[in-house]
Amino acid sequence: MNRLETTTSTNEPTPPAQAGVAVDTSLPTGDALTARYLLQLADDALIYAQRLGEWVANAPQIEEDMALANVSLDLLGQARVLLTRAGELDGTGRTEDDLAYFRDEREFRNVHLVEQPLGDFADEMARMLVFAAYQAQLYAALVDSAEPTLAGVAAKAVKEVDYHRDHATQWVLRLGDGTSESHERMQAALTRVMPYVAELFADDPVSVAAADSGVGVLPSSLQEAAWRHVEATVEGATLTMPDEPRHRTRGGRDGIHSRPMGYLLAEMQHVARSHPGATW
Amino acid sequence: MVSAVDVAPAAGEARSPVDDRLAAAVEQAIRDVPDPEIPVLTLDDLGIVREVRVDADSGTVDVTLTPTYSGCPATEVIAGDVARAITRHGLRPRVVTRLAPPWTTDWMSERGRIRLREFGIAPPAPGVATRGSRVQGLSLSVRQVACPRCGSESTEQIARFGSTPCKALRRCLDCREPFDEFKPL
Repeated sequence: MNRLETTTSTNEPTPPAQAGVAVDTSLPTGDALTARYLLQLADDALIYAQRLGEWVANAPQIEEDMALANVSLDLLGQARVLLTRAGELDGTGRTEDDLAYFRDEREFRNVHLVEQPLGDFADEMARMLVFAAYQAQLYAALVDSAEPTLAGVAAKAVKEVDYHRDHATQWVLRLGDGTSESHERMQAALTRVMPYVAELFADDPVSVAAADSGVGVLPSSLQEAAWRHVEATVEGATLTMPDEPRHRTRGGRDGIHSRPMGYLLAEMQHVARSHPGATW
Repeated sequence: MVSAVDVAPAAGEARSPVDDRLAAAVEQAIRDVPDPEIPVLTLDDLGIVREVRVDADSGTVDVTLTPTYSGCPATEVIAGDVARAITRHGLRPRVVTRLAPPWTTDWMSERGRIRLREFGIAPPAPGVATRGSRVQGLSLSVRQVACPRCGSESTEQIARFGSTPCKALRRCLDCREPFDEFKPL
């Protein structure tokens, strides 16, 4: 806990934009603010759903193909409702498909954690453990959101995320307390996921404003409970919490992404963009 | 909260006014629509039909459904099936989905649980709705589930996620048969 606290105790300043690329960091108000907040939550779910889908036919066993696809499907379902509502509230009249398929990289507001390409299976379980531990606390808090659609999604999702978190937990326990090979690889995976953790619990301006208005929740307020679960799991798995990471990602909430994001979007969006308006 | 779901418009002119018998028949037809993934269950067995309102003057039938899982692909198929059941009665369908309160396996009917067991799927344990939105501990995968074939409680989990989001895969340690479990949610 202490380790993480030191990394996220202050708001990270917005990183400077690359030369010649304008980044919109202005803060909207009212419905537009709610829409921006929903977009952040939706993009985390949508992009992680896309990554998890890549495991299908690549997981170590067929049961895992199904499990990861099912987790992906839950996240996609959350994203669809949140995107639809964001499009209604932001005044642009965009549909869930417009928002998923026709936004460019700089308009996506997800954290770096979810956009990272697949590593080995231990990497995925480390990522899922962290993300599901975060989402479990997030949605538990958002059942009381002043935005009724978000409260509805949260009440539904909190029960689904329980199963995601349980799935990752059981695997981390098994791999950590397994063979020396699986133990080492699970330990290495935990070390690799650490640089992406702080961003998840950082209080970005949109979340702060959304929390003020009763729509959202401060990410930093979720950290302690989420991390308690992660640490208990790591300990139960005979693993050790990695040292504080030497670097930490940031900028996802401002639309600044890592290199793999462009490739992910190319794959996710190319059919919709090649055949705009196509229907089954 | 309510969000509209696109459904095909009614074919032809709506018949109006609607007498009580037609209203009852169309409601029954809606409740009897089979689940596309587990056809032994009707929508009524699943407990996802929250409201049916027949407007006698306009011939419009408003149906409110609550999805089982956020991303369940059957949700859209079900909305389409419901709309078709209504148009078959010459009425105009309007299907909306309602997320809150969230669906729980506690809404499943007793008949639904029996049919699931007969179909070879262990029904969900009742009483989970009370846990509400509390975040659970680590014990989700150590449930005691009876084998739907021989009734033995000596069973083990093979996979936490089965062929659909709502199911897990288990194996009976007595009769050795693998079976699906409908997960409590």
